[in-house]
Amino acid sequence: MNRYYWILGGFAALVALLAVGLNLNPRDVPSPLVGKPAPAFNLTVLATPDKTLGPKDLQGKVWLLNVWASWCVSCRAEHPILVEFSKKVDVPLVGLNYKEVRGDGGFDMSKMSADDERKLAFQRANKWLADHGDPYKLTVMDLDGRVGIDYGVYGVPETYVIDKAGVIRMKHTGPITPDVLARKIMPLLADLNK
Amino acid sequence: MIIRALIVVIIFACFFGSTAAVASSTTEAALAADPVAEKRLQVLSEELRCLVCQNQTIADSNAELAQDLRREIRTMIRDGKSDKEIVDFMVVRYGDFVLYRPPVKGITLLLWGGPLALLLLGLLILVRYLRRRVSRMAEDKPLSADEAGRADALLKEFDTR
Repeated sequence: MNRYYWILGGFAALVALLAVGLNLNPRDVPSPLVGKPAPAFNLTVLATPDKTLGPKDLQGKVWLLNVWASWCVSCRAEHPILVEFSKKVDVPLVGLNYKEVRGDGGFDMSKMSADDERKLAFQRANKWLADHGDPYKLTVMDLDGRVGIDYGVYGVPETYVIDKAGVIRMKHTGPITPDVLARKIMPLLADLNK
Repeated sequence: MIIRALIVVIIFACFFGSTAAVASSTTEAALAADPVAEKRLQVLSEELRCLVCQNQTIADSNAELAQDLRREIRTMIRDGKSDKEIVDFMVVRYGDFVLYRPPVKGITLLLWGGPLALLLLGLLILVRYLRRRVSRMAEDKPLSADEAGRADALLKEFDTR
């Protein structure tokens, strides 16, 4: 009889292990950047292509950096939430447009000049924001995805919360849901803005 | 014979056709001139996990990000960075998760020690089982004269049926 308890116990432990393990999201890789200064960049602003913006310009403010692209399907899902957020909350939301043209997959980049890519990227990004609403204080253009690599971007959309000192305090991979916004992002913003 | 030759030609055409397509689909071919650098890239990128298709290395994966990271590694090799610097570059951005051989530390202890612990547990169970079996066999005594007689009687009864 004793031996059956052992087997039953072992089985229960295995079930518990699998129940926890299989419910984890393998996409949710903890970012080593949390707690580190936001990597510097200096990228062209979508609305004013003669100007650039970097994290330094936002020093002293709590702000959000949201990585998006018009080809990104999940971005479409989270977009209304961002639009709603920008209307209600007074926290700068900066868009990082990630590989607008070359990330699309529908273009042969070996046949496109850098100039053409740039033009097309601005045109596509502007159109997308015009169609779906623009929640961003401004959007910067990461045409080749180099800044994305510095931020450890691997699945658009991604969102970073950056504090007054310019330190990344949170990273969310994947679309923001109302739940994530209410339970994780809003309390953190309130805390950081104290 | 002609058919066989034709098949060979078709196979070769498929093979070279497809490799040509792969090469032209990326601009990597243009950068891949230096065989020593390529070898290093190959070795390094086999140690690194692609975060998009998580069970492939950066060497294997054809995901956009893997291509970008290969390009990044190439640039760093050209700039004379050491292997350690290149791996650190990846870890700073994507965490230990990019390493197929993560370092031994608190959080990875179960990962590294787990198989050994399971092996030891298995050995322990085996040893206990074997010992118990030996002691059980030692308890087995030959039949007493009385028992042997009864067994014989039963066997005889069975035979005469």
